[in-house]
Amino acid sequence: MKSFALPNNTSPASPVIIDADICNGCNKCVNICQVDLMIPVRKKGAAPIILYPEECWYCGCCVEICPETGAIKLNPPLIQRVRWKRKKTGEHFRV
Amino acid sequence: MDWKTSVKSNGIMEWPYPVRYHDEIELETDVLVLGGGIAGCFAAIAAAKAGSRVIVLEKGAALRSGSGGTGCDHWINTPHPDSSITAEEILDWEVKFSGGYCNGISRYIAARESYETLLELEAMGGKIRDTSDEFEGAAFRDEKSKFLFAYDYENRIHFRVWGSTFKPALYKACRELKVNIKDRLMVTALLTANGMAGERVIGAMALHTRTGAFYIIKAGAVINCLSRHQRNWAFSTELRGISSFRPPQIVGDGHAMAWRAGAEFTMMEKSVLTSFGSGNVLPPYSHGNCLNTWFPCSMIDAKGSEIPYQNRDNMIIPDPADRTRPAPGQKFLGERTTDYEYKRPELIGNLKEKIEQGEYTLPLYADLPGMSEMDRKAIWGLMVGEEGKTGIPVRDLYQIAGFDPEMDLLQSYMFLGSDPMRGSVRPQERTGGEIGDAGGLFVDWELKTNLEGFYAAGDALFAGNYFYHAATTGRYAGKNAARFAAKVNKFSPNREQIKKEKTRIYLPLGKKGRMEWKELNMAMCRIMQDYCSEYKNEELLNIGLAWFDDIEKNELSHVSVDNPHQLVRTLEVFNVLTCNRMILQASLARKASSKYLHFHRLDYPELDPEQWRKWIVLKNLDGTIEQSAKPLNFWQSLVDIYESHRS
Ligand SMILES: Cc1cc2nc3c(=O)[nH]c(=O)nc-3n(C[C@H](O)[C@H](O)[C@H](O)COP(=O)(O)OP(=O)(O)OC[C@H]3O[C@@H](n4cnc5c(N)ncnc54)[C@H](O)[C@@H]3O)c2cc1C
Ligand code: SF4
Ligand code: SF4
Repeated sequence: MKSFALPNNTSPASPVIIDADICNGCNKCVNICQVDLMIPVRKKGAAPIILYPEECWYCGCCVEICPETGAIKLNPPLIQRVRWKRKKTGEHFRV
Repeated sequence: MDWKTSVKSNGIMEWPYPVRYHDEIELETDVLVLGGGIAGCFAAIAAAKAGSRVIVLEKGAALRSGSGGTGCDHWINTPHPDSSITAEEILDWEVKFSGGYCNGISRYIAARESYETLLELEAMGGKIRDTSDEFEGAAFRDEKSKFLFAYDYENRIHFRVWGSTFKPALYKACRELKVNIKDRLMVTALLTANGMAGERVIGAMALHTRTGAFYIIKAGAVINCLSRHQRNWAFSTELRGISSFRPPQIVGDGHAMAWRAGAEFTMMEKSVLTSFGSGNVLPPYSHGNCLNTWFPCSMIDAKGSEIPYQNRDNMIIPDPADRTRPAPGQKFLGERTTDYEYKRPELIGNLKEKIEQGEYTLPLYADLPGMSEMDRKAIWGLMVGEEGKTGIPVRDLYQIAGFDPEMDLLQSYMFLGSDPMRGSVRPQERTGGEIGDAGGLFVDWELKTNLEGFYAAGDALFAGNYFYHAATTGRYAGKNAARFAAKVNKFSPNREQIKKEKTRIYLPLGKKGRMEWKELNMAMCRIMQDYCSEYKNEELLNIGLAWFDDIEKNELSHVSVDNPHQLVRTLEVFNVLTCNRMILQASLARKASSKYLHFHRLDYPELDPEQWRKWIVLKNLDGTIEQSAKPLNFWQSLVDIYESHRS
């Protein structure tokens, strides 16, 4: 397997996850983000790049404005995942 | 795609936007609004309706940017034709709650005009009524008007609203009124007459956040709607994304540029202990609790025992309906307050002891399934959904993950390590502008600063806070600025001032240093934690100032950037430094401690001595700090002065 000389990821590393197969490359998510953490790519129709993931405010505007269902989803960092319990059965779940 | 994947397949990419550092673009308008948040949009609409040509400069994207861009679940402090509470009574609460450190002018304007502002917002397309009759018959609904209320179901002055509809409605109204909204422009400095600090404000300068081009905007009047300072004591991108409660690109740029231009500020010495912003917590309202957005949710322990609520006299309230009713003799319930007169029911005060004694077992849970259907839907769905960051990030995301409010108990992190609301916080992890009433621009009854032609609204105002306040003060300042702009001649900007600003903002270009903006911000937080936190004295505060002198001299000119985005982030941190200086100067100026300002000087320990119960007003004229004082209630006779200004 090929190895690369790359720096560590910042953490959290992926505030949003884009499914390149569904994304139509419209860049609406890029242009609504008030932090401006994504950048468009040259290739027409291709998904944007999440360049500064650690700057995300987790507002969800990019998800809200996306015209393609399932193309982009919010991915809260592991450190922020909360739990819940089903009242009747006592089963535990987590986000 | 994430960056690493992109690099692996395509190599390092060039910056995708044309880079135009130093290029100058000139614009001209009657009213220039700085910041396209809630106050900014309302100011722009009001000025445009008054006949002005208006430009709005917004660092992000005005359609959704700002603290209130994604939503708002409670529009508070609003007397209306069907309520018996008056604007004067609302102000009375604000004054008592803050120990007098209240912006009487802006709060009174807000209480007087909040209802008409809300109706104006509805006319633009904002949803403020339960038009789909989802809550028909609920105890908090007015069946005639279809308004929903929060906190105090009897007095009904705090509205439950669908705030996620507000910003798109405001944006559309701006467009219809031909307001020229310029997104992705970071305002960096004010233009003043003859380039002098303390003179009339005649426009502003800005940097394009994607191209790095330089903008010069000439205006008749300028309104600062840039919110306030953040990231002064705590900052870490590694802990939970950018650790700031308000959006991370809001750092106090507006405060810093106004300070450099000679505008007066007050209350900058105030900071509070809070875990918001520390990076160690969960996002607000994202877990089971019973505060604010989640009030009056039932809470149970791990074994299923309900935690009782108590009233202001520490008496247990058996009937859940009484959580939202004032006690006998109580005028109304405040949205948040520790003041006895307006205090809201809350969970029993000795809960911590009872947990320690084993009466209740951790963790606690929000018992949404145990609430009435209407209360449950109001909390989960409406409030958790419309509140700023809870629509997609909490309501939708949790439901997609399988959470069902009718069946499931959302865990609370109260008393656990990541308690976002009331756990112990390290005493140095303070916040200045993240939450609550904070230091800001000192204004008069016109919401005008001491500088001619320079107005302010929203969170930029001293002791300003809240959506209703930002909307009403924006609208009010917009009208006044339009009136001023209509009667004055425009000045030509001073070339020397422009040259100086370009030198300042493009300083990081081409630097070879290894330090970037994040490291600088974190290091400055450490300085504030060491020299301006719970322990303050003359010596410590002066060392803090000396540290920032050192950093300006030695580190600022070495911070490196690779593109316009990083240049923006770096300039923000320069502004954090300026705000830190303002905080230190204000802390030196107040030679007394104050419970209400959460301000403790070891060398002046007496709390709130009478002679220091006043506003300390500071301004900076080219490095010289001028200090004056104003009585806490300097606004004097509210009703008369308000009426005379309104007419
Ligand atoms: C998560 C959250 C939830 C909240 N919920 C409620 C609620 O339910 N009810 C309530 O009453 N209040 C709530 N608040 C508070 C309320 O949102 C704010 O008080 C209100 O939005 C302030 O309005 P503003 O216009 O002063 O500032 P903002 O709306 O924050 O707007 C400031 C604007 O200035 C822009 N800006 C900053 N610097 C620059 C620059 N250099 N150049 C150009 N533009 C710049 C920003 O991008 C932003 O758009 C909440 C706040 C947060 C953070
Ligand atoms: S908005 Fe959706 S479809 Fe458009 S670029 Fe972003 S992820 Fe792709
Ligand atoms: S969640 Fe908000 S801050 Fe994060 S990428 Fe999406 S729009 Fe930007």
